[in-house]
Amino acid sequence: MNSLIEINHLSTHFQTGDGTIKAVDDISFRIREGETVCIVGESGCGKSITAMSIMGLIEGPHGKIAGGQIRFGDKDLLKISKEEMRRIRGNEISMIFQEPMSSLNPVITIGKQIMEPLMLHQQMTKKQAYARAIELIELVGIPRAEQIANSYPHQLSGGMLQRIMIAIAISCGPKLLIADEPTTALDVTIQAQVLETLRKSKEQSNMSIMLITHDLGVVAEMADYVIVMYAGKIVEEGDVVELFERPKHPYTQGLLKSKPIIGQRKDQLYSIPGQVPNPLELTESCYFHDRCENCMTICQTRQPRLMKMDNGQRVACWLYDEEAQHE
Amino acid sequence: MSEALLEVRHLKKYFPITAGLFNRTVGHVRAVDDISFLIRPGETFGLVGESGSGKSTVGRTILRLHEKTDGEVLFKGINIHDLSKPELRKLRPKMQLIFQDPYSSLNPRIRIGDAIGEALLDHGLAANDEIRDRVLEVMEACGLSSYHYHRFPHEFSGGQRQRIGIARALALNPDFIIADEPVSALDVSIQAQIINLFQKLQQTRGLTYLFISHDLSVVEHLCSRIGVMYLGTMMEMAPRDELFRQPLHPYTKALLSAIPIPIPKLKRERIVLEGDIPSPANPPSGCKFHTRCPFAVAQCKEQQPEFRNVGNDHYVACHLA
Repeated sequence: MNSLIEINHLSTHFQTGDGTIKAVDDISFRIREGETVCIVGESGCGKSITAMSIMGLIEGPHGKIAGGQIRFGDKDLLKISKEEMRRIRGNEISMIFQEPMSSLNPVITIGKQIMEPLMLHQQMTKKQAYARAIELIELVGIPRAEQIANSYPHQLSGGMLQRIMIAIAISCGPKLLIADEPTTALDVTIQAQVLETLRKSKEQSNMSIMLITHDLGVVAEMADYVIVMYAGKIVEEGDVVELFERPKHPYTQGLLKSKPIIGQRKDQLYSIPGQVPNPLELTESCYFHDRCENCMTICQTRQPRLMKMDNGQRVACWLYDEEAQHE
Repeated sequence: MSEALLEVRHLKKYFPITAGLFNRTVGHVRAVDDISFLIRPGETFGLVGESGSGKSTVGRTILRLHEKTDGEVLFKGINIHDLSKPELRKLRPKMQLIFQDPYSSLNPRIRIGDAIGEALLDHGLAANDEIRDRVLEVMEACGLSSYHYHRFPHEFSGGQRQRIGIARALALNPDFIIADEPVSALDVSIQAQIINLFQKLQQTRGLTYLFISHDLSVVEHLCSRIGVMYLGTMMEMAPRDELFRQPLHPYTKALLSAIPIPIPKLKRERIVLEGDIPSPANPPSGCKFHTRCPFAVAQCKEQQPEFRNVGNDHYVACHLA
């Protein structure tokens, strides 16, 4: 499979009164055509900022992309003009957010909001766009499409709105859909509907999905490839089955152990001690070292590099780095 | 079987819907519609359901933060809704509530040591010179350090704030704690810490919990008996093993199958429910679930199923079960 988008050494920093926050710190990965890549991590680990960086939504003066490259086709998304980026955004790469209510305009009908990108990017006439909008509403599994097209966002439930967001996002046939916690605000039975909708729309168009979530269950269900982030860094990545069955990084292992699973009973849950480090107080060390059971001396003084393992998995941990033995 | 610590009998809570210039009541939201269950001392009773199912309202009506519409709540045999205000106030320390978002229940300008001790002072449960020691003791039990005593709420992370919320409830030495989605806003690794804390406190202090959550995997881990709510009505209630091994209600089955399980190879039969939860102001006739139920028959539309015991302490409200 060809890679669709390649992120190389991306760093996104924010200036605050107390110092620079390295929200995304030198990360590299790629997404292949038709692949679903899940980015997991706890709040503040930089997964949403990665998505915003790709979409060109990092706003100055405080936020800035400090370095790296985002290769999409033959372009570097960090180098192209604003005008060019606007043509790509919503057309070739589109995004859905956690809160559908806040991404939709409350005073414009659902139908018009679906038609807007179609008329803007695909140069459709009003009539064509309306017909396509109805098709899209049906595609995401909402009955009574015509009636829905004429209603306003407040008249629909959260699950329906999120499906409308998916309809808008896929309306121009994007090559990449970025979904940032799309089901976090929804109930489980509605989450099941929305995930189903995502899967179906992917099958029909062979688009790639970059799915950001903190829910390991959703990851297991949707992902082909998984990237685990911690404090702005990628700590582990790999094929979904390998990663869940043989997690290498102590953080990934801890995360998987600390989630209660239906039908698997334990007397006590494993819990990772401590909490995520303050991004302003990061030093030259493995960022996970003070919560890690296997912490060695080298972990406190040097940052591990992301290394490829035999099975293709990558992990950033001194436990697996031969260099640590020479120290 | 030991006697009930808390017994809820046919509890109803309707909220009026008002409209027009004179706020005329035009209807009712039936948030809780005839619910009965009991909780035994030392057990954890889990109440699950989706948003709008009325599970939080049950918790609040038990504590009389809402006045009931009908029914009875007995705590150690005392009917809570019959008590006068001073009598109720005397009973309050024994029943405590923990919220989903502890930050919004903490005063940003009060140091957390004082916030935890406040209720002790208010209820006259400790003398002025004892309070500091009592507070430090519960802080330690909840995994907070003594140097946190003089800090302000904004200096804490989400997990620590939840520990403060638990410490505040615990300071009064309660017998019964209602925890309303206490871990839903927390990250997985922090969630596990708080769940373990709940278990530890139950063992050391003999607490009884009513644990309200939408997350069935957390409820399975923590609770000994579980009730499943939908639109203000209890659909199914059973001991944990019974419920997870043999769910009888189609809604419970759908809920169980909808939970994503972190095992990628697992292929499951999934029941994807159609549609959304109907409005509790205008619930469907008969069985409230019939509009989304894949197995609904004509009878379900007309007749509300009885909440009946099918053996092994397993109750279900379904015509087909």
